[in-house]
Amino acid sequence: MVNTNKKDVWKLISIVVIILYAVFLIYPLFQLLKESVVIDGVFTLKNFVEFFSKNYYLETIFNSFEVSICATIITLIIGVPLAYFYQMYEIKGKTFLQVIIILCSMSAPFIGAYSWILLLGRSGIITVLIEKLTGFQMPTIYGFGGILLVLSLQLFPLVFLYVSGALKNIDNSLLEASENMGCSGVKRFFKVIIPLCMPTILAATLLVFMRAFADFGTPLLLGEGYRTFPVVIYDAYFGEVGNNHSFGAAISVIAILVTAVIFFLQRWVNSKFQFTMNALHPIERKQIKGWKSWLMNIYCWGVVMLAFAPQIYVMYTSFQNTSGKIFVEGYSLMSYKKAFDTMGKAIENTFIIGGIALALVIVLAILISYLVVRRNNFLNRVIDTLSMVPYIIPGSVVGIALVLGFNKKPIVLAGTAIIMVIALIIRRIPYTIRSSVAVLQQIPMSIEEAAISLGSTKLEAFFKITVPMMANGILSGAILSWITIITELSTAIILYNLKTITLTLAIYVNVSRGNYGVAAALATILTATTIISLVVFMKVSKTKEITF
Amino acid sequence: MSVNIKIRDAVKRYGDNTIISDLSLDIKEGEFFTLLGPSGCGKTTLLRMIAGFNSIEGGDFYFNDKRINDMDPAKRNIGMVFQNYAIFPNLTVEKNVAFGLKNRKLPADVIQSQTDKFLKLMQIDEYRDRMPDRLSGGQQQRVALARALAITPDVLLMDEPLSNLDAKLRVEMRTVIKNIQHNVGITTVYVTHDQEEAMAVSDRIAVMEGGDIQHIGTPKDIYQRPSNLFVSTFIGRTNILNSKLTVKDGNAYVVLPDGYEFKVDTIKPEEMKDRDVIVSIRPEEFVVQEASCEGVEAIIDDSVFLGLNTHYFVHLTTGEEVEIIQESKIDSIIPRGTKVSLKIKDEKINIFTEDGKRNLVIGVKNDLDQYKKD
Repeated sequence: MVNTNKKDVWKLISIVVIILYAVFLIYPLFQLLKESVVIDGVFTLKNFVEFFSKNYYLETIFNSFEVSICATIITLIIGVPLAYFYQMYEIKGKTFLQVIIILCSMSAPFIGAYSWILLLGRSGIITVLIEKLTGFQMPTIYGFGGILLVLSLQLFPLVFLYVSGALKNIDNSLLEASENMGCSGVKRFFKVIIPLCMPTILAATLLVFMRAFADFGTPLLLGEGYRTFPVVIYDAYFGEVGNNHSFGAAISVIAILVTAVIFFLQRWVNSKFQFTMNALHPIERKQIKGWKSWLMNIYCWGVVMLAFAPQIYVMYTSFQNTSGKIFVEGYSLMSYKKAFDTMGKAIENTFIIGGIALALVIVLAILISYLVVRRNNFLNRVIDTLSMVPYIIPGSVVGIALVLGFNKKPIVLAGTAIIMVIALIIRRIPYTIRSSVAVLQQIPMSIEEAAISLGSTKLEAFFKITVPMMANGILSGAILSWITIITELSTAIILYNLKTITLTLAIYVNVSRGNYGVAAALATILTATTIISLVVFMKVSKTKEITF
Repeated sequence: MSVNIKIRDAVKRYGDNTIISDLSLDIKEGEFFTLLGPSGCGKTTLLRMIAGFNSIEGGDFYFNDKRINDMDPAKRNIGMVFQNYAIFPNLTVEKNVAFGLKNRKLPADVIQSQTDKFLKLMQIDEYRDRMPDRLSGGQQQRVALARALAITPDVLLMDEPLSNLDAKLRVEMRTVIKNIQHNVGITTVYVTHDQEEAMAVSDRIAVMEGGDIQHIGTPKDIYQRPSNLFVSTFIGRTNILNSKLTVKDGNAYVVLPDGYEFKVDTIKPEEMKDRDVIVSIRPEEFVVQEASCEGVEAIIDDSVFLGLNTHYFVHLTTGEEVEIIQESKIDSIIPRGTKVSLKIKDEKINIFTEDGKRNLVIGVKNDLDQYKKD
């Protein structure tokens, strides 16, 4: 008999994973909850009462909902037709167009905000130009309108990518069948295509809403008087007017409750639209001519350029000379020199902290996905549920929970690079697990069983047979994780200090100090890193599918 | 209301690649017409040209007297059953069937009664509220057919509708399809690569190869008097023997490779001359006899007992391998290595020109001949 008394190694891994989740996720969240309801050792709901009794705070919830819902609707209105045109018809330069759309979705959230300030801010180039030419005062970019503009342009690529994926799954014969029964053109779009994409549209809606709701950088830079929820959380922690950790914790708990409710609401709605599709003959793009073709091309390129042009402008300004804080005539690499002099550490940190986080995310995601897919037992179902928890927690709340959990004994990590790594892992791991699970489900168990029957141990079978088969999917998932890791802001901003500052933080710091030249140089470096990573992704990934 | 379909000089090109060149065809009103051929022969392409999903590069397509070349697929009033059924996965069975009716903006009670009628006709009434992913392959097939027929189309098009079903269900469903078509009386164009299926359902069959129609005729005509060697080998099984035709005293004789000679009375008078020919003898056109009887000498290599029939695999003295089908007898199967003599049912066999392009035997009926331009 072989190894009958030796415990299954996977059981051990399950236990280790559970412990990791307990220490680095459950414990900090518990501390957060405790902080919110216990003041000076006494249980009280004072914080919650204060929050719900003051219009000032209630208004921030209202604002967050308002801006998130509006942004979600606009992204759907922009993104769904874009995906439809892109998948159904021949659009000029479609590969290039897709790369730009992906790039838009990948860029750090607040760089969009920053670039729009450069264009439409108080002394923005377009504002000044229009005022000079016409005397007309541009409407302000600060406040609701500006946040909505930036979030919509930032998030519509997600809708595009999701819906494009769904359209690829529609069998061409379904469209032909509907045409056959007298349903074509616009009617078909609403009666057949939209219903078929509904589950995906709902998923995209949730994702966009969550991102918009939790987005921190955009309202911080553009909000001014218009205050949203994540900004209030941040202020309760770092606000100039006396910080109140206990109150910040209470708001964080409310934030988690709100996102959790929305998450389950979406699940419930989604369960009404369950069906399976598989495309034997995917849709073929049609050639179109005449004014329709013109309109479609103008629409697609117009939207995409509107989203991307501000970033190009940021890149442009990075090569401009600066004097003090303002851009002056002439071009040089001055800003880059300054950026390396003052923020060299940030670039280094981005690669070290990001790299370590990425490596750990990959290893953990592989192991957890294996447990979830291949070892279906109670313990692993718990892990599956736990793995989805970070999905619904806004980034800044993750940061606060980690601070509360690890700024005092028994474990002190606050201010170290380790806590940054942990934060990034927690933030990214739900997505990487989902994509690894999807990859693993494609690989039949029998292949591993064959290896075991030929004399491999269970671990050998996994690492020698299954992992190599997963490699392509994992690698492409890893590159996407890498991009989201290097552009992360909302958690890191709560945890960082001068020693652990990263590129996104350095950009934020320089924007808020008004060092636009340095910020532009750093932003360009970040965008360049993103582009290179994307190009690698395109080369590595056979599927060319982007999942979030 | 059914229509006849008239196709004249149809051309289909993809870029520089011509798939169909100059194809003409008439399908009669209410007829069950099948396009049969190996994969890549252009049969599905032609069907999709009729449906309007493929562009037409040349020629004319008519429903009755109406030219439909440039008509929108949605306006052609066609019912189509797709290879993978194309059932909307997000709609119930009932809503799938009602889909086409709703698009016509018919009154609600008409939609309801029409939907009910076809759900009942296809015997899927009890599944009306089910989602498609909870139906078996055969049930999905019934939904697809009900949906296609519910709009009372002028023409029913079916693109390999049974190819996703298992063998037994395939036989069952082809009977269902045949009966429904007969009851509704709708002009039907059916595409398949399965010759047995084609013969089971069709009034007439067009055998296609390389974008051209080789033979149009009833199943019986095509099987018994194929127009050329391709049709004879594609429809059913057959044994091909390179032989010689000789004429003596006004009678034609076939000389098989091993020198065995027998008289044939079926050669067209104008083809009577000494020449090389290809003889096509179907497995059931041989009779196995004891070696002492007169016939072609052969040696049994193997046998397969299939109940009703027994298949014998034999070789002739000159090495040609031949397959024979005999009704199973109650006494024992002939053992391997046994020498036997084969009698040939000469009135049934077909004899082709040396290049295989023409059948020399009387009785070939090919509706394609009317389109010949020379």
